[in-house]
Amino acid sequence: MAMLSFERKYRVRGGTLLGGDMFDFWVGPFYVGLFGVTTVFFTFLGTALIIFAASQGPTWNIWQISIAPPDLSYGLAFAPLLKGGLWQIITICATGAFVSWALREVEICRKLGIGYHVPFAFSFAILAYVSLEIIRPLLLGAWGHAFPYGIMSHLDWVSNVGYQYLHFHYNPAHMIAVTLFFTTVLALALHGGLILSAANPGKGKTMRTPEYEDTFFRDTIGYSIGTLGIHRLGFFLAISAVFWSAVCIIISGPFWSRGWPEWWDWWLNLPIWI
Amino acid sequence: MRIPVYGYILGAVTIMLTVPMMMTWEAPPMDTAQVGYRGTGMELISNPRLVAKNAAAVEIPEAQEPAEKSGDKASDVYENVPVLGDLDQAEFDRLMLAITEWVSPEEGCGYCHSDENLADDTKYTKIVARRMLQMTKTINNQWGEVHAQPTGVTCYTCHRGQPVPQNVWSTNPGLPEYGGIAASRMGQNLASKEVGTTSLPYDPFTELLGKDGKIRVAATTVLPEGTMTSSIQDTEKTYALMMHMSQSLGANCTFCHNSRNFADWSQSPATRVKAWHGIKMVNQINQTYIDPLASVFPDNRKGPEGDVLKVNCATCHAGANKPLYGANMLKDYVTELNAAKSQ
Repeated sequence: MAMLSFERKYRVRGGTLLGGDMFDFWVGPFYVGLFGVTTVFFTFLGTALIIFAASQGPTWNIWQISIAPPDLSYGLAFAPLLKGGLWQIITICATGAFVSWALREVEICRKLGIGYHVPFAFSFAILAYVSLEIIRPLLLGAWGHAFPYGIMSHLDWVSNVGYQYLHFHYNPAHMIAVTLFFTTVLALALHGGLILSAANPGKGKTMRTPEYEDTFFRDTIGYSIGTLGIHRLGFFLAISAVFWSAVCIIISGPFWSRGWPEWWDWWLNLPIWI
Repeated sequence: MRIPVYGYILGAVTIMLTVPMMMTWEAPPMDTAQVGYRGTGMELISNPRLVAKNAAAVEIPEAQEPAEKSGDKASDVYENVPVLGDLDQAEFDRLMLAITEWVSPEEGCGYCHSDENLADDTKYTKIVARRMLQMTKTINNQWGEVHAQPTGVTCYTCHRGQPVPQNVWSTNPGLPEYGGIAASRMGQNLASKEVGTTSLPYDPFTELLGKDGKIRVAATTVLPEGTMTSSIQDTEKTYALMMHMSQSLGANCTFCHNSRNFADWSQSPATRVKAWHGIKMVNQINQTYIDPLASVFPDNRKGPEGDVLKVNCATCHAGANKPLYGANMLKDYVTELNAAKSQ
């Protein structure tokens, strides 16, 4: 792939976290870096192991392939490959690949001299995965508490884990997370709609400036958060949604063993009406 | 760095939400058990400290000294003993002492018996007690293998030193509300203890544990073909009953079901078979043994709708998946409460 004329300006040396100049180069449009190499390594090894594990299972049906974690009896120890050991190595590969990708983003940020907002946001996606597959199993004392790698089977796991607490919609952190997810979508839709409306005033007319965008919301709800503010808000909402999702599953089990409806008994026992 | 005002407000709200929430939490380590294939989430998680605390709160009375047989049948010595007449007289006396300790320790023999004539049937409690003895035998006999064993049932399983067991139900009309278009509660939204403090229907019992109502609401076909007639209210009623069962047993949904298909027996743990018989048993207890006593009970022993106080899962289980945490009291009263003629 040819490089665009202005791209060369941004391809500067240095900024690496590890490996110095060793992998400080580009392949086509892609920056490599040591973490690019580790990303590729973990991704290919992990994917190969998934395919191998699937070959040892009963089906090639893409929906039904499932690579399950070990029995609870193995605790936090390694299990034989075909009894959950493959799941354990795949989990190491997945975590390695995700973290490598985030660190590669950090290196690119350093090269460009920009903030770390993108890798920071991506690290919350990693947190979501890590809390389900590593943090919660560690707190409960067995890898067997993690979800299996399979399209349908991981959904069955989600369903059963929800019903372990009778009614998961009563989980307070789940409530906050769901609310934040919906609010994120609302904010994104309003923002997207606003930008498109200013950019498309009608055939033959000139695009409108941000002042028009601000005025739309001032007229509608009396306040406009502004061009930079909307991105801060979106960043906050999206990251908070993921953070509270991680909280809602980590507290289910390690910090609460009963049904979630029962947790709300504190509300019924408030001195206001008791 | 200057923190804007909304930063402080946001921080304060976060702390106000998080700190009280954390104070209500339990803490690891938890006990866990696997009840299905690995990775399916078929697990039970319990807090061993909480279980120990609840178990310690249950008092198990010591068994009465074994009786030395007198050689006389109770029916030869006493009058009016149709249910326990076949017992040896010494065993009969021993059982009476035990029942007093189990059901009316403060009120004594006089709670059921007339002081002048013990054989007299004037007190309603005596008629009820006789029927309850028949019921106990039926539970240990007919329902033993499929539900009540190995723990078994004595009067104490439900009564626990009280004339009226703590966990009973009667038809619940709910709080008074406006009628017509303003009536909006639809039998739910009251955070009732009976259904695990959820907002689900607060009286699933009248239909499902008192009238053999239809619990199965899951569709059996992929598309609606008119074969299933369950409404959303029926479904919520079933969910409410299941909440009650979970709460009563200190268990969760995956104790008996694989939630990928609640209705499918082949995917369910074996515990579901026991629970299914429990539902049948409770229906029989309520319909055969308790409801017919409506004419015997005085009004102050009835619910707001005038029906007798009845049995649900919590009556025996009271939060433990084996009543009294598996303490087998029946072993000391096998002849008295298990054999003999049941009816």
